[in-house]
Amino acid sequence: MRWVNRTIGRGQALLLGGLPLAVLAVGYIVAAAARHAENPADKILPLPGAMASAMAALLFEADPLSGQLLFWADTLASLTRLGMGLGIATLSALLVGLVLGALPPVRATFGPLVTAIAVIPPIALLPILFIVFGLGETAKVALIVIGIAPFMIRDLAGHITALPREQVVKALTLGASSWQLLLRVALPQAMPRLIEGLRLSLGPAWVFLISAEAIAADVGLGYRIFLVRRYLAMDVIIPYVVWIALLAVAMDFALTRTSRLAFGWAHKGGH
Amino acid sequence: MLSLTNVWVEYGEKVVLERITLDIAEGAFVSVIGPSGAGKSSLLRVILGQDQPSRGRITLDGQPLPAECGPDRGVVFQRYSVFPHLTVLGNTMLGLELASAPFTARLFGSARREARAQAEEMLAAVGLADSLNLYPSEMSGGMQQRLAIAQALIKRPRILLLDEPFGALDPGIRADMHALITRLWREFGLTIVMVTHDIKEAFALGTRVLTLDKRRHDPHAPQRYGAGVIYDIALTRKAEAERSATLETPA
Repeated sequence: MRWVNRTIGRGQALLLGGLPLAVLAVGYIVAAAARHAENPADKILPLPGAMASAMAALLFEADPLSGQLLFWADTLASLTRLGMGLGIATLSALLVGLVLGALPPVRATFGPLVTAIAVIPPIALLPILFIVFGLGETAKVALIVIGIAPFMIRDLAGHITALPREQVVKALTLGASSWQLLLRVALPQAMPRLIEGLRLSLGPAWVFLISAEAIAADVGLGYRIFLVRRYLAMDVIIPYVVWIALLAVAMDFALTRTSRLAFGWAHKGGH
Repeated sequence: MLSLTNVWVEYGEKVVLERITLDIAEGAFVSVIGPSGAGKSSLLRVILGQDQPSRGRITLDGQPLPAECGPDRGVVFQRYSVFPHLTVLGNTMLGLELASAPFTARLFGSARREARAQAEEMLAAVGLADSLNLYPSEMSGGMQQRLAIAQALIKRPRILLLDEPFGALDPGIRADMHALITRLWREFGLTIVMVTHDIKEAFALGTRVLTLDKRRHDPHAPQRYGAGVIYDIALTRKAEAERSATLETPA
C-alpha cells in the first residue's frame, strides 16, 4: 500500500512516536559513556547519574544563600512571568482582535498601527523596556506581551474578518446591532481561534521569557541556565531544558483539551 | 408591497442591472431566473439592503428601504446561512434573543422558556423537531437549509429572500424542500423572492417568474449594458388554483 494511504492506529502511533525519542536518549547515553570512558571528569556530556545528583541538590536542598529550593523557585518565577505575559496578551488579543476584525472603521484606524508594531523585532525593544520599566518583573512580562500580542491580534482579526459575509448579513436580518453581532456571532467564533493562536504563541513566549531572564534576573529557569553555563554545568542545563520542554508540552496539551471541551462545535467533523 | 422604481446597480464602469421597475404583491412567490452574471443575486442583495442601488428607489409598504439589512427582510443563502457555534435550537432562538435583550442578547428564565417554545414550534414546522441539540456541522445540507428557513421565519419577515437555497442539494432532498417551502409559504402567508438557476424549480414553485438578461450587448465593452427584466410571467392559472384552494379550506 502506498504511504499516503496508510492509517496509523493509536497504539502504533505511540510506539512510532516514542521511537525517535528513545533513539535520541540511547544515542546520548552511548555518546556520554564513550566520552566518560576516555575522560572520567568529562563535563560536556554528563551521565544520567551525574544529572540526577546535581538536580537533587537543586530540587531538595535549600540554597545556603537565599534559603530557597532553587529549582522550584526558578519554576515558580518563570511560570508566573509567562502566565502573566500570556494572560495579558490573550486578553488584549481578544479585545483588540475582535473589534479590529468586526468593525471596519476601527480596522481602518488601528490596523496599520498594529501592523507597524508587529514588524518590530521584540528583542530590539528590550533595552527600551528595561529603561522604562526598570530591571524588575514588569519589563520581562512586557517583553512577552509585546512579543506575542501583535501576532495574536492580527491572527484573530484576520479570522473574524474572514467569517462568511452571509453570516453577518444573516445576523443583521435577525435584527442584530453591532454590539450584539460582536457578542453573539464574532466572540464565540473567535474563542477557538484565540486558543489556537495562544498555542502557537507558546514557543515565542518561552523564547522571550528565557531571553529576558538571561539578560537581567536573579531567579528563573532561563536565569539558572545562563548562570550555570559559566561553570560548564551541563548536568543542570540539560535537565532544565528537558523540564522546560515538558512544561511547554503540558501547556499545549491543556490548551488543546480546553478547546475541545469548551468549544466542541469547532472540532466536530463536517459533512 | 415591495416596489422598485427605475433601479440601477453599477459598480464603477460596470453596469449590472438597469431600469428595473417592479411591483411585488403581498403573498407572491416570485422566482428570478437568468444566465450566470445577469445580476440575479445583485437584485436580491439590493432588496436585502446588503448593496445599495446606484439609482432609483425601493419602497417596502410605501416606506423607502433603510440602507442596511434589517429584520423586515429574512434571507436564506445557498451556504453559510446558519451559525456553526450554535445548536439548532440556539440558531432558531437567536432572532428572538436579539430582539428582546439589546445588551446581553440572551434570555433567561420564563422569557427564555417562551422563546424556546416558540423556536421548538417553528422547528417542528420545518421538520427538525428531533434535532434540537445538533450543531450544523453534524447535519446534512438539507437539514441545514431547513434550519436556515426556521431561523429566518421566526422573525416573521415581511418578505423572505432565497438565494439559490436548494442549489447545493441532491434531487431527492430538493423535492422534499420544494414541498416544505410551498407548505410554509401557504401556512404563513409569506411573500417570497427566490433566485434560482433551475428553470423547472422556478416554474414549479413560483406564482410569478422574472427572467433577467441583457437587452443590449456591446461585444467590445461587455460591462457597458446591464441586465433588465426581459420576461415577467404571471402564472395566473396557478395563482387562481391557489386562491380557490385556500378559500375551500379556511385555516
